Amino acid sequence: MQLSNKPETEICRTDIPQMLEISDVVQEGKSQKSFFFRRPMECRPGQFIMVWLPGVDEKPMAVSYWRKNEFAFTSQAIGRFTNALDNLKKNDKLGIRGPYGNSFSLKDDACVVAGGIGISSVSTLIGKLKNPLVIYGARSRQHLIYLKRFSGKNMILATDDGSYGRKGFTTGILDEALSSNSKIKVVYTCGPEIMMKKVFDICKLHDIECEASVERMMKCSFGICGACMVNDRIVCADGPVFNASQLSKLSEFGRFARIKTGRKVTLKEYHGLHR
Amino acid sequence: MLQTNLCNIKLKNPTILASGILGVTKESVGRVGKAGAGAVTLKSLCHEERQGNPNPAMFGYEGGFINAVGLPGQGIDSAVKDFVRLDNMGIPVIGSIYGYRIEQFGEVAKKMASLKPAMIEIDISCPHMDYGKPYYADPGLTAKITKTVKKNSGRIPVSIKLSPNVYDIKEIAHAAEKAGADAITAINTASGMVIDIDARKPILANKIGGISGPALKPIAVRCVYEIYETVKIPIIGTGGVTYGKDAIEMIMAGAACVGIGTGIYYRGIGVFKKVCGEMQDWMKKNNLKSLNEIRGCAHK
Repeated sequence: MQLSNKPETEICRTDIPQMLEISDVVQEGKSQKSFFFRRPMECRPGQFIMVWLPGVDEKPMAVSYWRKNEFAFTSQAIGRFTNALDNLKKNDKLGIRGPYGNSFSLKDDACVVAGGIGISSVSTLIGKLKNPLVIYGARSRQHLIYLKRFSGKNMILATDDGSYGRKGFTTGILDEALSSNSKIKVVYTCGPEIMMKKVFDICKLHDIECEASVERMMKCSFGICGACMVNDRIVCADGPVFNASQLSKLSEFGRFARIKTGRKVTLKEYHGLHR
Repeated sequence: MLQTNLCNIKLKNPTILASGILGVTKESVGRVGKAGAGAVTLKSLCHEERQGNPNPAMFGYEGGFINAVGLPGQGIDSAVKDFVRLDNMGIPVIGSIYGYRIEQFGEVAKKMASLKPAMIEIDISCPHMDYGKPYYADPGLTAKITKTVKKNSGRIPVSIKLSPNVYDIKEIAHAAEKAGADAITAINTASGMVIDIDARKPILANKIGGISGPALKPIAVRCVYEIYETVKIPIIGTGGVTYGKDAIEMIMAGAACVGIGTGIYYRGIGVFKKVCGEMQDWMKKNNLKSLNEIRGCAHK
């Protein structure tokens, strides 16, 4: 009898968190910190890891730095889990598994639009792209991070309150840039979904490619529990990066999300319930 | 070649998406259908909206998979609005239901029946869920729940999902059959724990979880074998089916159909087509035209 009798490699698959020592904590902004680990991480821009703080929670985090033998994620202290992370020091341990998900396509003549802590999901992308235009906005000066890291980049900064850079939203700046700069062929974006939906709409108007990194409540991170579904797409496994043709089929994108119970709510309600 | 009849429901093949994997939304049901499953079981719903357990809620370890998702769900009332109906999905849909009290099983079953699923599955066997009473371990309570759900399900066939975490699964199966169950789903996960020795803590937030995947298969095969000797109603053999050979083994133990859940973790959503293909290859090699030729053959 021969029916795949030899064990296939997939059957040995595991996704156990590895307890890793934090090798460094970098204060990136008033409430944002990067947590570094001295471990190699095979990763592509846009992928994420699952971070377990024993006794508290486990959540997805974008890989925001990776170099030879080192990687990091950046967290903004806004909820129970991220506030607990904020108290961690060098040599404390976190359980890490991953990386998970797909990645950005890395095309030339790109523009990157980031909003708020969404910058962490596109930070390694910005490092890989050839001279991209970066449009980066946040609520106020204290919410802007990585400014030194990206000081050599072609970057337009904006704040909602005008405390730094231009006053206004990234989407307005993108519209201007696409109207005046015909060189841009693709827009990569990560940030609040309302912003990304506008970015997607603006790209459609200008007939330019677009890829967005979508965030949803996650449990398994490998595509079996169904917690993070947007229409028929599984964000953790099919995404988190979706291109314009995929996004155009997702009627829930920019409008609805599912909360922990699986109930579909408006994005506004979702963000109020899940911080 | 693989066409299967389960309580007069025609399945194009005997693979059924097990409850708890995907199956949260209407569109995910459609997707699993397109991926080649013979039927799809929804994630269990009860009378109220539930958040489930905090993360970590599931992961694969060496040799198996463990979860304590804790039955999150939007609740049957919200689901009735969300799904609208279940008889127009192009694939038979099995609605999985539970309650905390026996009457609630009945209430939820009635609402689920209004969606016209092909079958209703009663989940009395989630190992990390405090039902108040261990319904799954008591033949009398199993019978009461079966009767209550049957009374509220009209003509829709009812399967009851049993737990391996019992002294004698045969007497539970026998009680369910006597109480009017149309089928038995065997089995739910086996209770277990994984401790991280560096964190010095159980990894699951709920500490205890349910083991599935390859580690569960011999337990599931044994349960199906024992139940097949005890009852006449069909068995949906669930637990560790990952490859075609696992499905064949389950059918030889007496299963009418096979549930696949954790198999998606190991082989992706394409696992249904892969398992069916492997079953057909095996059948051709062994000159079989129908699975009926081997169903329960391990008992001879």
